[in-house]
Amino acid sequence: MTDDQTPQDDQELIPEAEQLPAYHEEPVAKPDSVSEYMRNWWIRVRAGELGSLPILVGLVIIAIIFGSLNDTFFSSRNFTNLLLQMSGWATIAIGVVFVLLIAEIDLSVAYNSAVGAVILTLLLRPGDPGLPWPLALLIALFVTTSVGLVMSLIITKAGVPSFVVTLAFNLGLSGVVLILTTSFSTAGTVLIQDPVIKGLAGNFLTDAWGWILAVVVVGGNALMQLQKYRSRLASGLPNRPILIVIAQLVFVAIIVFGGVYVANLDRGVPMVILVLGILLAFWTFIASSTRFGRHVYAVGGNPEAARRAGINVDRVRIAVFMIGGLMAGVGGVILASRLSSVATNTGGGNLLLNVIAAAVIGGTSLFGGSGRVMSALLGAMVIASVENGMGLLGLASGTKFVITGMVLLAAVLVDALSKRGKAAAGVA
Amino acid sequence: MASEPILTCNGVSKHFGAVQALYKVDFEVCPGEVMALVGDNGAGKSTLIKGIAGIYPFDEGYTAFDGEKVKIHSPREASALGIEIVYQDLALADNLDVVANMFLGREEVHNGVMLNEAAMESTARETLDSLAVTTLQSVRQTVAGLSGGQRQSVAVAKAVMWNSKVVILDEPTAALGVAQTRQVLDLVRTLADRGLAVVIISHNLHDIFEVADRVTVLRLGQAVSVFRLNETTQQEVVHAITAGTLRHVPGMDEVAT
Repeated sequence: MTDDQTPQDDQELIPEAEQLPAYHEEPVAKPDSVSEYMRNWWIRVRAGELGSLPILVGLVIIAIIFGSLNDTFFSSRNFTNLLLQMSGWATIAIGVVFVLLIAEIDLSVAYNSAVGAVILTLLLRPGDPGLPWPLALLIALFVTTSVGLVMSLIITKAGVPSFVVTLAFNLGLSGVVLILTTSFSTAGTVLIQDPVIKGLAGNFLTDAWGWILAVVVVGGNALMQLQKYRSRLASGLPNRPILIVIAQLVFVAIIVFGGVYVANLDRGVPMVILVLGILLAFWTFIASSTRFGRHVYAVGGNPEAARRAGINVDRVRIAVFMIGGLMAGVGGVILASRLSSVATNTGGGNLLLNVIAAAVIGGTSLFGGSGRVMSALLGAMVIASVENGMGLLGLASGTKFVITGMVLLAAVLVDALSKRGKAAAGVA
Repeated sequence: MASEPILTCNGVSKHFGAVQALYKVDFEVCPGEVMALVGDNGAGKSTLIKGIAGIYPFDEGYTAFDGEKVKIHSPREASALGIEIVYQDLALADNLDVVANMFLGREEVHNGVMLNEAAMESTARETLDSLAVTTLQSVRQTVAGLSGGQRQSVAVAKAVMWNSKVVILDEPTAALGVAQTRQVLDLVRTLADRGLAVVIISHNLHDIFEVADRVTVLRLGQAVSVFRLNETTQQEVVHAITAGTLRHVPGMDEVAT
């Protein structure tokens, strides 16, 4: 952390590095230069505001480990597999992120997602009743969202902890899945025959559409960032150094174009990634740029402050659990599409663990009020990479569970220790 | 300060079951004035300000705002009139930044949807600057990272940003160190100089003598004295707090001497 101030850092008495975050009773330090920005960033990291840092480091470590142990890990084939593998989890985890943001938990997402998948599949059965897919999808998502609504009403109106309510619903819904699948099929498996729903995880964008998607994502991101930069400049507000903004845009561009390039070497970008991308963009906008999103964070950070500010805390909680149910439904449909079927064990296994772990590993705090929608994607990438890599190494199930458990533990430890870091820095 | 009181309580009473928390209290504060409210524990300070805030109604007596009788049924109505209360616990969301906290529940949006961050940040910054709150490193840092005095400043700035006319501060300097207390007292003075009516509840007579113009002393639910601070001494105020003359002894009809 050297102190090479650029000329525009004129009058400021820039505080020395040791008088840091807890007690800046010093004059304002505007992060106008890159070095100043980087230093402020490092201060925040040290104070426990880690953001996406641990996850990016974690992803790199995971890639290095599995890449060096197995040649196929870095193949384009495996890359598209990884995308398919993680998209269902990432989708459900978006809902989990919202629920964690208000410092609640939804343990029903796994079987709620299965309920959505089963209902959709049954409604699509040719001739019985053979509904068109949009209608069937709408009904399925309506049901899973309603489950979220009912749970949230019990949680808010009766004051029962969400842990217990959603646990009970998870158990009950697992029964519903079992009843539905076995009563409509003696084998307990119902196939999906609708081409659109199957194509969600089975179809791939052509190379050209893949590139167009990449351009739209990178261009959209750049436009938004530059728009923000300009509006802040126009209002005379301090900005991040333009070099940092550009560096971040370039970083995103490399990831996106690189990803599309590798996917195109194989079958192309899976259709489901387009869906996931739209969902991530939409929910990120809701969380970070709307009043509702702001209120979600406030309720998670200090419900009493939110209440006194005139926010209807119960209504926010209800909406969040409905988002949890909705995204569980969408994720369930994606997972079912990948298998082209639903069965008695849909929603079972490690699904619940994986999606909650994805949200937490991605950097969403279990303590509420901190996290980003994007953490659903990052966390799902980690879980999928670990599972995928261990699968390639041919590890036994037992070993896989142990390792996945350790990854989750590491993520929760980072969360807890960063809280402690804040406390140690005197800011919590 | 020659002006008319902006907020007046006339003979307000409040009881909780058998407990007479307030009995026929008169209270007033004028624009540009810092009115201190002191009293021992259980004297009725909190009951009085909660009644003013509309958290519960007074049993008898009335409140007048700007010369007109008003009935305040909720904190929201109090805010609408221009009465803001900064409670001791400040009610800030630690995970949100200064701007988000100042606009919490009243966020500005453009196109009806998208948060207008730039406008909110400018307004927040202007408000803080106008209150001479200069120690914040950035209005975009989370409140968790602020010192006690800075948090108090943010809470006060949040209260006065909405054209409020009366600001009531509940124990603003409790739990603050010397420098931080200084900072908050300066802020209180700034508010009054800007023409706001400030009510400050405190146990610290030293602070009150430093910043307030007048003090109302409550004892056992009754207003026993009002002093102009440049005409009194700490001893006199302490005497009023501990042994001020009650016009009425709760539960008895006779008038004490």
